[in-house]
Amino acid sequence: MASRAAPTTQSPPVPAGLTRDQLLDIYRYLRLTRTLEERLVALYRQSKVIGGLFRSLGQEGESVASAYALDRGPNRDILSPLIRNLGSMLVMGAQPIQILRQYMAKAEGPTHGRELNVHFNDLERGYLGQVSHLGDMVPVMAGIALTFKLRGERRVGLVYIGDGATSTGTFHEGLNFAAVQRVPLVVIAEYNRWAYSTPPEKQFAVKDLAEKVKAYGVPGVTVDGNDVLAVYEATRFAVERARAGHGVHVIEVKTYRRKGHAEHDDQHYVPKDELDWWAKENDPVDRYVKRLLQSEWVEERELQAIDEQTKAEIDQTTDACVDEPLPPGDSALEGVYAHPPLLTPHWYRSL
Amino acid sequence: MTEVTYLEALRQGLWEEMERDPRVFILGEDVGAYGGAFKVTEGFAKQFGEERVIDTPISEAAIVGAAAGAAHMGMRPVAEMQFIDFISCAYDMLTNYVATARYRAGLATPMVVRGPCGGYVRGGPFHSQNPEAAFFHTPGLKIVYPATARDAKGLIKASIRDDDPVIYLEHKWLYRRIKEQLPEGEDLLTPIGEARLAREGKDLSIVTYGATVWKALEAAERLATDDGLSIEVLDLRTLVPMDDAAIMRTVEKTNKVLIVHEDTRTGGVAGEIAARINEQAFAWLDGPIMRVTAHDVPLPYAPTLEDFVLPQTEDIVKAARWLAAY
Repeated sequence: MASRAAPTTQSPPVPAGLTRDQLLDIYRYLRLTRTLEERLVALYRQSKVIGGLFRSLGQEGESVASAYALDRGPNRDILSPLIRNLGSMLVMGAQPIQILRQYMAKAEGPTHGRELNVHFNDLERGYLGQVSHLGDMVPVMAGIALTFKLRGERRVGLVYIGDGATSTGTFHEGLNFAAVQRVPLVVIAEYNRWAYSTPPEKQFAVKDLAEKVKAYGVPGVTVDGNDVLAVYEATRFAVERARAGHGVHVIEVKTYRRKGHAEHDDQHYVPKDELDWWAKENDPVDRYVKRLLQSEWVEERELQAIDEQTKAEIDQTTDACVDEPLPPGDSALEGVYAHPPLLTPHWYRSL
Repeated sequence: MTEVTYLEALRQGLWEEMERDPRVFILGEDVGAYGGAFKVTEGFAKQFGEERVIDTPISEAAIVGAAAGAAHMGMRPVAEMQFIDFISCAYDMLTNYVATARYRAGLATPMVVRGPCGGYVRGGPFHSQNPEAAFFHTPGLKIVYPATARDAKGLIKASIRDDDPVIYLEHKWLYRRIKEQLPEGEDLLTPIGEARLAREGKDLSIVTYGATVWKALEAAERLATDDGLSIEVLDLRTLVPMDDAAIMRTVEKTNKVLIVHEDTRTGGVAGEIAARINEQAFAWLDGPIMRVTAHDVPLPYAPTLEDFVLPQTEDIVKAARWLAAY
């Protein structure tokens, strides 16, 4: 990144074409992601979160920064997040109350209790929730990007894939299809070291995921995934390249999953000193804050104000939905098909 | 009226929907310049352009996945499986992604996956399959299986216009074997979910679909001539949603039912039909519900083997005669 100039009375120019307000906005999303997840942990321990809880601790930087590089607003770019891309969804406009309701299986949640965690979508805002079958979203997002191309819309798709999921067939089929069709698709390949308990050396025989994708005839670059501004810049470049009609671009972000696969997983397979190092020396939020303050782009009190606002927002949001009801059982029979819209309960239910 | 084959009727239906609705596009292996392995899309790329008739890599999961993504965005993709046997390569995409999309996430996925299926053509284990049972079990997918040229056209048009994902099974043995007079310039639609009474009768009902509709009709004709039996033949046309009312009507009329399908027996569609009749029309039965199906083996290549494994007209004749005498 840019070398440090001699001290001046003015702070150095903000990189990557971002404004000061945008830098603060990015910080707000980082803080929101972390605060919301911490709240989810508390709710999980109270058994209010019914299913598994998947943390993105340590990966918030690449999630937020990559999403922030997209054009956002009604019917603009669309991304497909994974379970550790809560930050990406928030950037695209997912509301904390939706996340909380979804995790707690509330009737008012975005899928009305049908799906778990961040598996939901709002195509108008620009996010398409994943399914658990990893890799499947690559062909689907290729189809969305293909539609942009067919309609001549200057929109871009972005899809995340984990290091482990680059072993799936759908990843390869989707990437190849997208490359051949030259659709406007950006792929963020998250090298976060652990696929559940499996390390990369048991997952693939290449060193970098960027190497793996070059065989598809698309550019692949590797970026420090915990450097927020570097991820933003790399994604911005890839997005604009795709928007200009130059096709698929893959960005490998080197990051680290600091929690277990889900909350139940005690990470006994992870060396303790490795976890400590990433927490102390390479936390994306800490690094971003340090950069903002050292460069004198923002003031500490501004960050503190965001922290306080975020905490208050999450407190209020939790209070607003924590006691809401679950969906009524018979609502499970609606909407398998558009036609017929409703199925009938089995005969013995009316005995 | 013009006489058209089953294949030509399907082709016409696709062509008309492509003309009618700019959201419709086709993707699959060799569907563009080559016109498809069976020439269903011959001339389409020239007429509609390569952007609407997309030649894809050999990637069934990508074909179905990309179709789903496009469908979410308001397109009406028609994905071709070169042989329907290869739909299993997209099984995950269809059952986990496509079938669940509306229910789990409120996502509209109006798309059609179509392809040539079925045996009697010496295609061997991987070019003869009937995959309906695998998808029949998955809520969220519709399955249609035309037996006539009229329905080949009417069902492809209805499937493309349907707001749910539809698997359209076309029988390659019928492609050029079946001909029918169809009206020109008419918007021919077959409603999804409605069976067709292919032959009226009073002694026994045969419930079937696909190529075996023709074998059942042949058997019915022979039984009428040789045994004086009056056999009713119900062509289901749609497997999901199934026309239970039409099935129960014919059972209540003849009181005996033989279910015939070309697919293997165990876990097949016939078992489900039998269960429904048992639950909904037990009191009307004067005999056991019987099945004529393929034997439970992968479909072999040699004519002697294939003919032995698959249900033949003679099998239906014998089974119906046995049941009529019960």
